[in-house]
Amino acid sequence: MGDFQIKTNPTKYDAIIVGSGAGGGMAAYMLAKAGVKVCLLEAGPLFDPKKNVTQFKWPYESPRRGSSTKLRPFGDFDACYGGWDIEGEPYTKVSGTEWDWFRARMMGGRTNHWGRISLRWGPKDFKRKSIDGLGADWPISYADIKPYYDRVDQLIGVFGTNEGLEDEPDGYFLPPPKPRLHELFIKNAANKIGIPVIPGRLSMLTKPINNERGTCVYCGQCGRSCQFYADFTSGSVLVEPALATGNIDVVANAMAREVLTDENGLATGISYISKEDMNEYVVKAKVVILAASACESSRLMLNSKSKAHPNGLANSSDVVGRYLHDSTGVSLGGYLPQLFGRKRYNEDGVGGMHVYTPWWLHGNKKLNFTRGYHIEYWGGMGMPGYGFGMGIQSQNGKHPVNGKQKEAGGYGASLKEDQRFFYGAGVGMGGRGEALAMHDNRCFIDPNVVDKYGIPVLKFDVKWTEHEIAQAKHMKETFLEIMHAMGAVVTWGGDVDPKNNYGLEAPGKIIHEAGTARMGDSPKTSALNKWNQAHDCKNLFVVDGAAFTSQADKNITWTILALSMRASEYIIDELKKQNL
Amino acid sequence: MDRRKSLKILGVGSLATSVLLDACKPADKKSGVADTKPAAPSAAGPDRQPEEIEHYKNVTSYTFFTAHEMATITILADIIIPKDEVSGSASEAGVPDFIEFIVKDMPGHQVPMRGGLRWLDRESLLRFNKLFKDISDQERIQIVDDIAYPRKARPEMSQGVAFFNKMRDLTCTGFYTSKIGIEDIGYAGNQPNQWNGVPDDVLKQYGLAYTEKELKECASYT
Repeated sequence: MGDFQIKTNPTKYDAIIVGSGAGGGMAAYMLAKAGVKVCLLEAGPLFDPKKNVTQFKWPYESPRRGSSTKLRPFGDFDACYGGWDIEGEPYTKVSGTEWDWFRARMMGGRTNHWGRISLRWGPKDFKRKSIDGLGADWPISYADIKPYYDRVDQLIGVFGTNEGLEDEPDGYFLPPPKPRLHELFIKNAANKIGIPVIPGRLSMLTKPINNERGTCVYCGQCGRSCQFYADFTSGSVLVEPALATGNIDVVANAMAREVLTDENGLATGISYISKEDMNEYVVKAKVVILAASACESSRLMLNSKSKAHPNGLANSSDVVGRYLHDSTGVSLGGYLPQLFGRKRYNEDGVGGMHVYTPWWLHGNKKLNFTRGYHIEYWGGMGMPGYGFGMGIQSQNGKHPVNGKQKEAGGYGASLKEDQRFFYGAGVGMGGRGEALAMHDNRCFIDPNVVDKYGIPVLKFDVKWTEHEIAQAKHMKETFLEIMHAMGAVVTWGGDVDPKNNYGLEAPGKIIHEAGTARMGDSPKTSALNKWNQAHDCKNLFVVDGAAFTSQADKNITWTILALSMRASEYIIDELKKQNL
Repeated sequence: MDRRKSLKILGVGSLATSVLLDACKPADKKSGVADTKPAAPSAAGPDRQPEEIEHYKNVTSYTFFTAHEMATITILADIIIPKDEVSGSASEAGVPDFIEFIVKDMPGHQVPMRGGLRWLDRESLLRFNKLFKDISDQERIQIVDDIAYPRKARPEMSQGVAFFNKMRDLTCTGFYTSKIGIEDIGYAGNQPNQWNGVPDDVLKQYGLAYTEKELKECASYT
């Protein structure tokens, strides 16, 4: 028994935050800066891109040349620990459901590898029901969140341009990088057929914003997490300055099991398992803030049953776990023959697109689906990795190489010539669209299955509606038009086939899941009020994607950050007033 | 509180470990990212998690290909990517070792590779009464020419074509992800720099130009 004893910690924390991703990191930053004593629980290990470096590694520094594994689904250099399939942490699905659940387990969560596409939402995105009669309006409007978007832009840094578009509102933007060569081809082709292309909006620092963070070095490797802190990751940009205040304790490898409550139904703390010693721990606070990711936070709530909360914590409305929805995703790719034999230069750029297409068909009555999508683009002279140079036989018989028509396939010096000739001509695009948040699309506690910690796991029951499928068809057809307009050859994803839902990715694959503890004015139809505060438990807050009443076609991170900042100020205020 | 009692029981009883803590144990606190261990250089790759190192050890604890198979792979790889005036050969770039690793890391490659090598040796025996590695360069090329061109290959060669496609894929990927191959292909990035846009001569070559708006709004560096 030796080295420790039961500790009744006399200093109860002011707040416990579960999860260190975008929502949890922002809450930690805001609360710690305001002098609130915080305990931050993270289910994975610590991580600092200054020390845990995969940036600037060459493909041959990975024995598998950068290909993905179960442990690194986005490639061997990707910074994210976690994946779709985590040893000992299963989830289940009802028959007929396709759902892939990505979980990051590390300091900073998924912000270590995300695309940094940082789109603030527009006024319509909060009031979709008023426009198309489907789903629900948010309890807040754009005017409520705008000041927080403005502050997030300036605190974290995002490049882009003020275009004066109602649905892509202006913000505080750093200068965007100039388009790459293939992006100029895309822009010209898309414009020709009436599709707008504007500078991307991504959270990388193209200019310095403070002394703690460096400026982008244009290596194109944000997915590896930046050792100069020039991109946004929650650990580097939010948790680190929070730690500097001395007001926050971080507990890594802490897998939350349950929110503890008292006889009045108020939250008292969190019970968790330490992965380091497999012991059970309890940590207590005045306020509990969940930011474990949409599904993980709702799992915690559903697993926290008590006399006061018989249907799971703060779930008298029975909406916790419901309205689960991910962005839609469709993509295709090929190559641009104009770029064959192109001049070599470094065009890594930022780790993502320099231009994108915002949704451009607002209010178009001819569409047979109701919500929009944006288009992301890629291509060019990227760093070779596993898969590079494969399938040459589908290309080298089709196009003359340096003027010579060759037989498809081949070998030898001629093959080396072909590889040089075709390099850098790749181009592709993907759509990310808004799905409807449906009452029956949900995750709930599987009555029969637990994970290796003994925690009951989630079971998913999700189906697309005809809106998402029709939207996918529109994406596919639009992408083909753009490819055609620039004279590109489509090599994959070119089929327009109802049998595969027009290439619509399985839900969960885009990793924008949200909606499972939605905000609303009525405690009967929502779990949280407009301050991300549980209707049924005033000292419980949920500041991740779970709080979303609906999604936009815009990635959810910037809105998670703005809402978490807003909720954190409310918490600070309520703590001061001794209401919590 | 009842809740806590039951947790204590769980802590002591089912896990047979000492005691449940009522709060963060100071020694267990990780109050700072400064505790993060720096990445040790490793054959398993940079900044590996323990599970990844374990997987690497498992995969590299045995040899998949026989010496005879490896010799054949090396010959084939150098037929596919020989030394030329620009760069070295597949074997100089370490492609055979990469193939040995990757078939263990991605077991789906194992049977097609092993079976394909066998197909090749049998074809060689039928034609020349010797294994592929023991026939002359010209004899090897005779067989390779029959399986290297999918569209004109005779139908009875289709399994050989499928094998050669895979061998060409793995050889190309192994080569162009090596230092020699990256230099050959001319990839110019993976180093800190400042992006000022497409070089002027390239814009001119394609008849393109940045708009005034882009020139005014976009980042430029001197």
